[in-house]
Amino acid sequence: MAEVLVVTSGKGGVGKTTSTAALGAALAQAGQKVAVVDFDVGLRNLDLVMGAERRVVYDLINVANGEARLNQALIRDKRIDTLHLLAASQTRDKDALTEEGVRRVIGELRERFDWVICDSPAGIERGAQLAMRYADLAVVVANPEVSSVRDSDRIIGLLDSKTERAENGGHMEKHLLLTRYDAARAGRGEMLSVEDVLEILSIPLLGIIPESEEVLRASNVGSPVTLNNATSAPARAYLDAARRLCGEDVPMSIPMQKKNLFDRLFGRRAA
Amino acid sequence: MNSLGMNILSLFTRKSTAPVARERLQILLSHERSTSCNVGLIALLQKEVLEALAKHIEIDPDKVQIKMERRKDVSLLEIDVEIPIPATDKPSSVASKISSRPRRTGQAA
Repeated sequence: MAEVLVVTSGKGGVGKTTSTAALGAALAQAGQKVAVVDFDVGLRNLDLVMGAERRVVYDLINVANGEARLNQALIRDKRIDTLHLLAASQTRDKDALTEEGVRRVIGELRERFDWVICDSPAGIERGAQLAMRYADLAVVVANPEVSSVRDSDRIIGLLDSKTERAENGGHMEKHLLLTRYDAARAGRGEMLSVEDVLEILSIPLLGIIPESEEVLRASNVGSPVTLNNATSAPARAYLDAARRLCGEDVPMSIPMQKKNLFDRLFGRRAA
Repeated sequence: MNSLGMNILSLFTRKSTAPVARERLQILLSHERSTSCNVGLIALLQKEVLEALAKHIEIDPDKVQIKMERRKDVSLLEIDVEIPIPATDKPSSVASKISSRPRRTGQAA
């Protein structure tokens, strides 16, 4: 039985695409059949972060409008067999996507995959609402920062009112993924802590992704961070979060990067 | 840590700003949660109240105000309907006094 998961945030630039790629890859690394779907029509980037930007022929809109079959549009990852990408259209207008078209594509993906992960565009408008429309559960990505937390609160309100599941009177499962977290700064009272954000948003915590140079390093080369350097702190945090999504009971921790002499000398320059 | 320790420490560290962020968010969100989720409901009520009233009395759509306010234990729904006084009643001093203030639906009905 497939799970349709939307990765959403309201605010832009908090790590939706990075998290979609990392969680998708982590689930696929665990043997699950995964499709990651980019809903950011006109501003697609999941293809770039996953290193598949030169392999996009057909996209979500082509499939939703019946201009291409799902098989033709799905891009199989070169590193993991069970990971597939459905790109967004870069040239079409976001209004080219219809609710009916999305419903059909998601329905088809459900039959073929264990996980369908929808990467939402920023904002709370039509694009974001279409990305969450047919989801079974949501990962709300937030940074420990006031504007991000406020926007996450708005998105939680939309998840509870504008999704098909919510409209049918069902419960929308929501999980918080706190990204770009700096435990030292939070400890000094310079940054909202995990507890602060959890208390304000009151949804369960899926994971804490530490601020790390590894994230940029991975996107530079077009590889999900869990594949690019699986032992790095953010990769371990994403791998743990993916295990929690699968129902495993994994103790919550904030993975730390251990800096060796090489990292100290060259780490900064390489990032 | 005792207060002396904190004082000495505060000489070397900047004041914590995270508690300020948390408090501002809590105040803001408690307000936004009470208003944003009701926007659709209020618009719907406005439309349906207007339709219901229009069947029986002539009213100016702009003179129907609907507000919802969340208090500690209950939400308060306030419907203000201003009904114009028919021309024949206007000379009455009482009527003109009333028409200068919006009436509550309870009184108007």
